[in-house]
Formats: sequence, C-alpha cells, structure tokens
Amino acid sequence: MPIQCSKCTEQRAVLKRPKTGQSLCKECFFIVFEEEIHHTIVSAQLFKPGETVAIGASGGKDSTVLAHVMKVLNERYKYGLNLMLLSVDEGITGYRDDSLETVKRNQEQYDLPLKIVSYEELYGWTMDAIVKQALDRGAKLLNVDKICTGHNADDLAETVLMNVLRGDIARLRRCTSISTSSGGEDVLPRCKPLKYAYEKEIVLYAYFKKLDYFSTECIYSPNAYRGHARAFLKDLESVRPSAIMAVLHSGENLSIKESVKMPVQGTCGRCGYISSQALCKACVLLEGLNRGLPKLGIGKHHRLHEKLLSQQPLSNAEERKLKAVDF
Amino acid sequence: MCQVDEEYNGLLESPVASSATKKCNKCKETTAALVLKPGESLCRGCFKEHFVHKFRAMLGKNRIIFPGEKVLLAVSGGSSSCAMLNQVQEGLGQNAHKKLRFKPGIVYIDEGCLLGQSTEKRQKTMAQINSLFKMTGFPHHIIPLEMVLNLPPSVLEPVHLATDDPAGSYKEAVDHFMQSSPVHSVDPRVDRSELSALTDATNPQLIAEAQTQTLQELFSRVKTLTAKEDLLHTLRRHLLVSTARTEGYSKLMLGENCTRLAVKLLANIALGRGAQLAVDTAFCDPRYGDIVAVKPMRDYTAKEISLYNYMWNVPYVFIPSLETKTADKSSIQRLTESFVVKLQVDFPSTVSTIYRTGEKLQTASVTEDIERAPLKCLFCMCTLDTALGETSAFQATLISEQLSNVGTTPMQASLRPDTQTKCGAPCDQQDGEEHCQAQAVCCSHKGGDSMNLESLLCYSCQQTVKDMTSVEFLPQYIMSEAQRRNRRSQIRHEISEFLLTEDGDSPSIKADS
Ligand SMILES: [Zn+2]
Ligand SMILES: [Zn+2]
Ligand SMILES: [Zn+2]
Ligand SMILES: [Zn+2]
Repeated sequence: MPIQCSKCTEQRAVLKRPKTGQSLCKECFFIVFEEEIHHTIVSAQLFKPGETVAIGASGGKDSTVLAHVMKVLNERYKYGLNLMLLSVDEGITGYRDDSLETVKRNQEQYDLPLKIVSYEELYGWTMDAIVKQALDRGAKLLNVDKICTGHNADDLAETVLMNVLRGDIARLRRCTSISTSSGGEDVLPRCKPLKYAYEKEIVLYAYFKKLDYFSTECIYSPNAYRGHARAFLKDLESVRPSAIMAVLHSGENLSIKESVKMPVQGTCGRCGYISSQALCKACVLLEGLNRGLPKLGIGKHHRLHEKLLSQQPLSNAEERKLKAVDF
Repeated sequence: MCQVDEEYNGLLESPVASSATKKCNKCKETTAALVLKPGESLCRGCFKEHFVHKFRAMLGKNRIIFPGEKVLLAVSGGSSSCAMLNQVQEGLGQNAHKKLRFKPGIVYIDEGCLLGQSTEKRQKTMAQINSLFKMTGFPHHIIPLEMVLNLPPSVLEPVHLATDDPAGSYKEAVDHFMQSSPVHSVDPRVDRSELSALTDATNPQLIAEAQTQTLQELFSRVKTLTAKEDLLHTLRRHLLVSTARTEGYSKLMLGENCTRLAVKLLANIALGRGAQLAVDTAFCDPRYGDIVAVKPMRDYTAKEISLYNYMWNVPYVFIPSLETKTADKSSIQRLTESFVVKLQVDFPSTVSTIYRTGEKLQTASVTEDIERAPLKCLFCMCTLDTALGETSAFQATLISEQLSNVGTTPMQASLRPDTQTKCGAPCDQQDGEEHCQAQAVCCSHKGGDSMNLESLLCYSCQQTVKDMTSVEFLPQYIMSEAQRRNRRSQIRHEISEFLLTEDGDSPSIKADS
C-alpha cells in the first residue's frame, strides 16, 4: 500500500526523512529541505543584502547542493546576494581533475561566476592541508565579503566527537559555531548554511533534483581519530537517527571552566594569517623549500618557528633531521 | 561492563619465567605481583597501599563528607561499588592509618522486575546481597524498584539547605508515606533471630503484584533500549535520593569508576546531555540540594578495580541488567561502551583523555535567587537546556518537525532582522518569541490527556519521552508534579501582565491605543 505524504496528504510519499522519520513526497521534501536552510540563514543572520558571497565549491555533494540551494533561496527570498563559486585547484591529480570538471559544469548549470585559484597561482607549490587558506586568499583577490562552505550536521557532529576523543577543548568550544567573524585582514568571515542538514538528506536532495556532483569522498584525513569518530557517529545514527542533532545540541551547550587555559589564537609572524603557532603552515612549508629542508613542512617543528622567523640558521643536528632522506 | 572487567587476565605477572625476579617499583624489595601500566610493576602490599591511598586522597581533597555524617553507599553488587564498600570498611577498621569518620549505610535496588525475573529468582538475588551486606555490619536497605511508585512528588524538587531543618517537614511526609512499605534497615547490633525475621521481610512477595505490573507496563511503553536505560537511570536516582532522605542520610556515594564515567560522558553527548556533563561526571553532584551525590571511585580504572578485587578477594555478585546479553547496537549507551572499550585497545589513552575532557567542563552558572532560578527538568533535575536562541540544534529539530507536518506553508522572510518570522509555522502574533515558545512546547501530546509534559523536560529527557508510545504509566509522583508545574506556569502566564520587572516597567501592559 502506498504511503501518503504527511505534509500535503495528497501525493504519494517517496521517502522517509532521515532526520524526522516523516514520509514525504518529492515536492514537499524539496520545500522542507530548502525552508530549513532558509530558517538557518535568517535566524543566524548569516548574510546582509548586497554582500558578495563565495561558495566554496569542491564538486562534491555538499557544496553542489549548497550552491543550488543558495541560488534558489537568493532568488525566492530576494536576499540580494552576489553569489559566486570559488574553487581551489589543489594540483593533486586524479581526485581534483574530475571534481573541477564537475564544478565547471555546475557553473554553467547555475549560471554563477566561477573562479578557480590554484596553489601554483598563490604560492607556487601544492599541498592539501592549506586549502582553507587558499580559499581565503583567492576570495580576497575577488573582493568577496564572505565564504560559505558545505559543512553539514554530520560533519559538525563528527568534529564534536573527535575533539572529545582527542581532548581538544579549544576546538571543542569553537567547532559548533555556525559562523566565524573575520579573523584579521587576510581571513574572511565564514558560515555554514547546511549546519543542520543531514548528510543523508543532502544526498537525497541531490538525487531527486538530479544534481551533478562528483561522488568520491576526499580521502585525505589528517588524523586517525576522525575516522573513528565518523564510524561511531554512523553507528549512533543507525541506533537513533536524532543522535546527530543530539550531539550538535550537546556541542552547543557545553560550558567550559573559566580556569581552563585556552591557547590564544594568534597570527602568523610572517604573513598575518591565523595560526596557533609562530608561523602558519604555509609559511613553514615555503621556508622549508627555500632552505632546502623539505621535511620542515611535514610533522611538528614548533620549536624551530622562532628561529625561522628571525632568519637564524638552524643547527647541524636540526638540519640533518629535516633534509630529505638520501637514497 | 564485563569486557572491561576481565582485562586483568593478562596483566598479572606470570609466576614463571623472567618476571619472577622482577622487583616492585615502589618498595624495591618484594617481587612484583602485577603490572599496573607499562613500567609500573607493584607487589601486593604496595598495590594495596596505592589503592587505599587513592580513596582517602579523593575524600580528603574534596572535604565534603563531615565526621559523623551519615553516608549512604549505593551498591549494585558489581565490582566497582563492591570495591567502594570494601574501601569504606577498610577505612573504618581499627588499624586504619587515617580513619574515616563518617557513618555508612548501604542501599541496593533490585531491578529484577524489569528483567522478567520470577519471585524466587529475585528472592535469591536479594538474599545473596543481604548476606554480602550483613558481613559489613553496616545498616542496609534492600529495596525493590517497585518502591519508586510510592515516592512523593516532592522528591522532584531540590531541597535547599537555607533554613535550619529544611528536610524536616519533607522527611515527616515521606516517613508517613513509606511506613507501610517493606523498606528495612538492619542494625548490626540486633540479635540473630531478629535479623532473619527482617531478612524475610525483604521478600518481594510482599510487593503488591499490581506494582510490579505497573512498572512492567510502563517499560513496555518504551520503544527503545536507549530510552529504557535512560528512564531506569532517572527512576533509580529518585529512589536513591528519597531513601537517603527518609533514612536520614545526607550524602549518597556512587561507585562509578573512571572507565564508566568516560563511557557515560561520551554517551551523554550522544544523548544530548552536553549541558549536564559536569554534574554527571564530577566528584560532587549537588542537583538534589540536601542530598549530595559523590563519586569517590572516579579516579580508578575498571582494570585497577578488577585487579584489586581479584588480589584481595573482595566479594561481588554478578547481577544482570537491562544491557546484559544485548548486541552492541541495541542502545546508544551500549554502543558507546563497546566503542570506547575497542578504541582503548588501539589507543590506551582513550579513557583518560575523555575523562580529562570532562574535568574541564562546568555547569552553566546558576542564580541563587529562587524566584528567578532557572527551571529544572522534571526527570533528571538538571537545569532546562531548551530555552535557546533561534539558531540551535533544538530549534532546528522543532522546525523540521513542524515543516514536515500538514498544512504548513513556507514562511516569508527576508534577510532584514526586523521582518523575520520567529518560527517555521505561520506566525501572526506580535510577540513572536512567546508564540514560538508555545509552539515549541505544545506540539506533542501523549497518553490521551493533554498533559504538557515535554515543556517540563530537558532536551535529552524529551528524547526519552519521544521514544514512548504512552506516558500514562509513569509513576504518580511524576504526573502529579507535572500537573502542579503546568498549573503554576499557566498562572504565571495569566498574571504576567501585572508583574513588574526589576526597573519598575510593566513589560506587557500596552498603551491605551
Ligand atoms: Zn507532499
Ligand atoms: Zn604565514
Ligand atoms: Zn612493593
Ligand atoms: Zn532531563
């Protein structure tokens, strides 16, 4: 027996919402999915009329859906935003080539201006860990006011769990915020309009809207705990679908003792970008290349930052460690 | 908990081979008997000293239990709470170095009714527990969970210790209430014949069968094991706190260890209890007011406790629970436990890292002013965490539910804050804020009567009620208190326009226009 849509009570339901368990027809699902994001945008006052907003576009499902929904809502509710797609060419062959093709097609489909910034263009080298910084610098070149990214509820819940497992209290406090204000000259405000959207619903939305996206997940994960946190979250969701929102609710309501010392969010001593260390990752990498010490950009060498910053030479022992392995 | 407890098997030094000659790291004389962690081998004596010291240090550091104070130890029969009981016995013993000076009593709550156990089985368990407790010579209370149905509504209000004897009137009321119930304390000085008579009195046959049935009906209305465990935890706490009050105890001692608390912290995050993590995992839990719950075992890992119990023959009883023999994915709590246990194998610092995260959290500040004090959850008695801004996971969930229901139309709103609608539903009221509050709290009615239960609950307890098909079998004390609170908030709403704010304005009175 076909199940009726619980919203319009006329059409046949085609899906059961992962988030609420309600059965909906296709049209009603589109409406509620878009309206929820609209509610997030309005209630959190993510944008102001007239702003130029760059959508961080990777070609993946999250940013593809984000770009689509942002365009729909901007027109439907007359946000008055000047939207554009911004993509970073990481120079990693394979993964990025296909995803960039997708972004280029998206550009035509949504009729949004696209700018691709490559690492070569920005720094002269490639590395995955500095995508974030590249987005900022690219956006800066284009006079963008804000960047919005495709982080969804699952991503954020996963980050909450990961930070508990790692005991990273500073990130635990920050990680659920929906927007970050400008962090200095080189850092643009960022926001996450899909914060409360379930990953499964994003996939459903992209599927029913027949959106064109590149479906390979980015395989670069900086730490082992993220994988465990992700697997745990998926299991939690299978036991109780509302657990994703519950983790977010927990994250939003944590209260950290005032006596707990927080690392001061500083800026890079060379380029001014936000960095918890004396030098940001990008500058360390560049310095490593300049000094012929490629390993400087890999691993942690915080002790050396002061030396690098003041242009002091490194000791022989330090240099030996950072030189490439001889074969 | 069983996996964690059995870990010690490989940790005891093998009597043969090279380890036989290894000396204790501490006294450097005696042969080591166990490895606490890599590089920390201890002999039996030094391990005991270390274990005992930790217990005294925990109590000494927190200075919260006063000499002569009556302290109620909640003992489940499991290894952790039995080790706690053993430490209290040791500390009160004649040759204890720094003698503990409080007056202990023990309480055990029998939950056999929820496991469908026969009367004989429950009797046998209680007799086992009784003989375990008798050996201590401490007063003890063996209480079937059914007793929770007899609690007075006042158990849900924290008792503030501002006046001389605030618990007095409460105590009288409860004494009167509980007189007919088979709750018994055993004084160690009574003679044998009397003792056996009292033991017989704990016979669960004396529990009205109707009460057992009511409790079973209640739990049969709970669809998920996650919610069952959560509800049981809530009811058990109410019963423990009430028992402490009626029997004149002022502290409640819980046996939760470090491993248990790490699992609980992570599970609580997944249950939406983020705002309550601190009270749930800290040494001292003040939420009940006059009865302070403390956790002296919180610095021990499950492994340490198992080793200690094994080496010093501390008796404990295996008592099945709701979780026993369930699959990993049968509940959030169970899943979290197996996740932490497995991760601990690959990353041995997992438990201590999660535990330390908990140490850095606090309960959001609470005002002293009782009239302005934040509302407390009807179930878990924590500060309500549902009065949140528009951009929150809680509001987002409500919006999702409303939007998916019949007849809602897309809201019209622009980016300008002044024209915002406050919630997903069409909103034609001026005071959008209040309208939304009302929307938030009235959307689900259950069990036939229009009891507005969810507005009285915290986020997580709301999730538990959502997993129930009916609330009609909730104990009377909860329903009565819910009705009282609802009436009170209704009155508050009715008189709100006549109340003056602090600076003398009358907030809601509108001009003659
Ligand atoms: Zn429909
Ligand atoms: Zn830099
Ligand atoms: Zn020794
Ligand atoms: Zn609660």
